[in-house]
Amino acid sequence: MLDSVIFYFFASIAVGSAALMVTRRNAVHSAIFLITTLLATAGIFLQLRAEFLFIVQIILYVGGIMVLFIFVIMLVNLDVALHQIKFARQKWVALIVALALSAQVGLMFWSSGKGGGQIWPGRNAAPANRLPPNAEAVAKSLFDAYLLPFEIASVLLLVAMIGAVVMAKKRA
Amino acid sequence: MQAAIQATIDFLKLYWAPLVCGVVIVAVLPLIVGYVVLVERKLMADMQARLGPMRVGPHGLLQPIADAVKLLIKEDIIPEDADKLVFWLAPVFSVGAALLAIGGLAFGPAFQIGVNLNIGLLFVVGISALGIFGIVLGGWASNSHYSLMGALRSAAQLVSYETAAGMALVSGLLLAGTLNIKSIVEAQASAGVWFGFLAPVAFFTYLVASIAETNRAPFDLPEAESELVAGYMTEFSGFRWSLYFLAEYTNMIVVASVATTLFLGGWLRPFAGTHWFTLKGLNGLDLLDLLPPLLILAVAAYCILRVPRQPTRVQQVFMLVVAGLCFVVALVLVGPVLLSALKPAMAEAVKPFYAGIHGGFWFIFKVSAYIYFFMWLRFTIPRYRFDQLMRLGWHFLIPLSIINVLLVGLSLIVGSYYHLQGWALLLATTPAAILGLVAALIILGIEQKNRARQEAVAVPDFYAG
Repeated sequence: MLDSVIFYFFASIAVGSAALMVTRRNAVHSAIFLITTLLATAGIFLQLRAEFLFIVQIILYVGGIMVLFIFVIMLVNLDVALHQIKFARQKWVALIVALALSAQVGLMFWSSGKGGGQIWPGRNAAPANRLPPNAEAVAKSLFDAYLLPFEIASVLLLVAMIGAVVMAKKRA
Repeated sequence: MQAAIQATIDFLKLYWAPLVCGVVIVAVLPLIVGYVVLVERKLMADMQARLGPMRVGPHGLLQPIADAVKLLIKEDIIPEDADKLVFWLAPVFSVGAALLAIGGLAFGPAFQIGVNLNIGLLFVVGISALGIFGIVLGGWASNSHYSLMGALRSAAQLVSYETAAGMALVSGLLLAGTLNIKSIVEAQASAGVWFGFLAPVAFFTYLVASIAETNRAPFDLPEAESELVAGYMTEFSGFRWSLYFLAEYTNMIVVASVATTLFLGGWLRPFAGTHWFTLKGLNGLDLLDLLPPLLILAVAAYCILRVPRQPTRVQQVFMLVVAGLCFVVALVLVGPVLLSALKPAMAEAVKPFYAGIHGGFWFIFKVSAYIYFFMWLRFTIPRYRFDQLMRLGWHFLIPLSIINVLLVGLSLIVGSYYHLQGWALLLATTPAAILGLVAALIILGIEQKNRARQEAVAVPDFYAG
């Protein structure tokens, strides 16, 4: 009961502010609504007892990436950006992507309806309050079962970081 | 309807204690912050050979209340061209984040709002970092160049120093092996040594980074009054301004509490968990538990000694009242110690009070010491320039903290190889700390060389103001 109330609360905030984010004209307002969406998503993680994902979402996306977003938005000249027609050239691409995404989501709903409410039977077997501590569980799967993909991802990030540094150096 | 009421009752049954604690914190914290400000002003006055606030109440003790009233009844000005909604939202965001972060902290073995939060420390650090949005958005919404400049500086500063602080926390967490705040303190109790001794380099890094994160002098560039009027707060007045102020000092309490929990043993007394001078099964170091009441008694005695020197009747009475309050506190502190020493039968029943009261004392004591250190630095070191601040963060603290994580990890591997535990672990971590110091010196040397080269081709930095 309480779980579903919390879920719908956060979900409606997430969806509503996502819609507001797309429709706002002012870039900073959009950024604020993106922050709200990300926070609400973090809230859903918490409702699912994934407290580590909750805090990682907040630290990385809200505390890290969004601060940089707002930083950049403030640096660029907003007056020029406001007068331009935004995203006009991407209309058809956007339509195709949106259709593909909704088809995907619809497929998921359809297949989950067929499997008796469970897409992966057995995954939902453990009751939420008897799950292992989320931070430990994530760490175990990252450094044990998925060590190689994890390392590849971190090398990828390192490459991106070095690339950014090299580009910054060239310009200076 | 019935079901909803039942659900509400069940909810309240489970969560009434955290809710009450939350309300108490929100209600009491502004008062505490007010008095922290008073202490800061008095300290500043003392260091500058002045008296500080003296008019409102004896020794200016009612000054915070007068200030609060003044701030609350001031006219609330919103600039004409400001983005009204964001202007309204920004200070609330700052305060909300700071207050929420307090919820994850544990002020004693018994007093914690987010009880046994598995991600405790991460929660506190992550949520308190959200306060930056209040500053950045407030600066942007004011539609003023000073404010925007302060906000930009603040964002750059926080993002830079968060990395160093995070790495310092990782070093501490390696020692603790858990994120749960209670377990971190318990790990220090079972080790018998505070992690600040095992990872001094990490403690130093966190100390510097936490000053920068709370925008305190010497790193208070976002509100450098000689350059930016008041930085992001320039256009804020009255109540909104006081909200920013509240957020800033609450953040100070939060970082001080994090440092206390991770590096200074939380609510443990000095030498908790060690048994060095045992006699007939009694731990000689337990005598240290008499330290808090004696400290408070000393304060009371000082107050009484000063009574004849007070100029007016009111001040004399006030001093006596303070002394009396100190006596009561000392009595509360000494009570459980004496009871459990004299009547071993009572020891078990008194234990929670014993741990709770003394734990609270030590935690508040350490947090106050940390904040005192902040203030001390503020009045001692002149403000940095913005490029100096950035250089210190990126070129010194971040490399040092990353190297230190590696060193602490290595020393822990060595320690577990030789089965070192507790104080013996110092054998492994001290060489690591010395290596960290050497690394710091090497980084400084490289930095010095680089700076000489850079200053030859200086590029004007337009954030520097």
